[in-house]
Amino acid sequence: MRDVAVVAFAQSQHVRREPYRNEVELLMPVLHQVKSDVGLDQTQIDFTCSGSTDYLAGSAFSFVSTLDGVGASPPISESHVEMDGAWALYEAWVKIQTGAADTALVYGYGKSSPGSLRDVLSRQLDPYYQAPLWPDSLALAALQARACLDAGVTDVAEMAGIAARSRRAAAANPYAQLQGSDDPEVLLKEPEIAAPLRRHDCPPITDGAAAVILAAGDRARELSEHPAWIRGLDHRVEAHALGVRDLTASVSTRQAAEHAGVGEGPVDVAELHAPFTHQEVLVRRALGLGDGVSVNPSGGPLAGNPLIAAGLIRIGEAASRISRGEAQRAVAHATSGPCLQQNLVCVLEGEG
Amino acid sequence: MSPVQLPPALQDVEPVRSIRTPARLEYTFTAGRATSRFLRGIQSHKILGERCGTCGKVILPPRGSCPIDGVPTSEQVELPDRGIVTTFCVVNVKFSGSAMELPYVCATVLPDGGDMGLFGMIQEIPFDQVRMGMRVEAVWVEDDQLTHDLASIKWWRPTGEPDAAYETYREHV
Repeated sequence: MRDVAVVAFAQSQHVRREPYRNEVELLMPVLHQVKSDVGLDQTQIDFTCSGSTDYLAGSAFSFVSTLDGVGASPPISESHVEMDGAWALYEAWVKIQTGAADTALVYGYGKSSPGSLRDVLSRQLDPYYQAPLWPDSLALAALQARACLDAGVTDVAEMAGIAARSRRAAAANPYAQLQGSDDPEVLLKEPEIAAPLRRHDCPPITDGAAAVILAAGDRARELSEHPAWIRGLDHRVEAHALGVRDLTASVSTRQAAEHAGVGEGPVDVAELHAPFTHQEVLVRRALGLGDGVSVNPSGGPLAGNPLIAAGLIRIGEAASRISRGEAQRAVAHATSGPCLQQNLVCVLEGEG
Repeated sequence: MSPVQLPPALQDVEPVRSIRTPARLEYTFTAGRATSRFLRGIQSHKILGERCGTCGKVILPPRGSCPIDGVPTSEQVELPDRGIVTTFCVVNVKFSGSAMELPYVCATVLPDGGDMGLFGMIQEIPFDQVRMGMRVEAVWVEDDQLTHDLASIKWWRPTGEPDAAYETYREHV
């Protein structure tokens, strides 16, 4: 296996609604920042891979229009996934492993504000049995939360504690959408919006973008004084039908964690893409993280959840903490689909 | 694979061959800053391209970036509503929503001074006389009907000027 590192990371200011800029205008400053951080122009990047989905902004071939912000002439080697940018990063990492590239630009972006997100997300469900019923995304998460409460996996006090801890941590994150929180006991006095979920249990709706640059071996050392090396990377998917899954455990996260080698060393920091509070409990368990691990010091998706970028941001945030010397070994996690259907786990380490 | 055993009550019923599950989603689309500038220009009877500060090309219609260099376009440039047909096709099939009489010609028109073409219809000439390099001018709707929509240009018609030589527009085809 080739050693591959995250050498640059940038993200937009995450907002409830970006009313003026289209997707390419939102994304372009982020692309320019990662490239300038490592002093590369597009001709020096061997492979470019993006994540986006047309369903969010309701525009066809969204990824083609945002390529206009990349500088794709003369023609570049490029690919795209209709998934979170974390999976675009996976594809770029594989491309580098094959030896076909030494550097890669990875980005993901999503404007969730143009449509009714709760309804839009129902379009990813089974088209015969589930999608015609329009089960909205909060209702599905609430089904899972109810199953977790009944199974004793968590309780509403722990869930409120996760919300408060996340949004308070986000006060130190200048890109976060939500910063600060009432005390958990105050949060618990609020009404349920999709029982047993309260507003604080749910992620905000967010418009945003993020980008990462990957580089292999000595090229990474040339581009960054403190590369964050990817030591393990794996993703697993569970069944499409919710009825055949155990919603009170994240089997695919556990499997991905085993293959990525999460348990082979101590973890200082974990950036988890658990959009709903009860999901953080499931992901933490599946990863086998102990109490000493700092979870979502960025605030995580509860403080800003730009779909398609939010998983990639977890990898970028974890890598940044390693590059800044705040952590030696970190775990990043990304999820996709309802109720943690598909999960990606990335283990990152500093030099030495 | 052995066939599924149906209960007697279902054994002679019509099989389900398809289901209809209509889906409708509504979006509030954001054109973006550059496209909004262009569309406001159209409402004012103007064609406004945007120049790339790196390669100097005038991008039309602007979307916020130069697709060649991946940088924001930096200068608004008013272009004349006259130019040349760089390529065209004769449409012989009725599309839903189109009121055009068949056959008709749709074309890419490169306004003078621009580096990318606009999509439009060619009228006021028999369809089989349209040609690459033909010089055309825009026919706008009446001033009180101008909106921020490219439909404000009804079509393009020949000016009668001599055709442009292929070498002068070959990089725009």
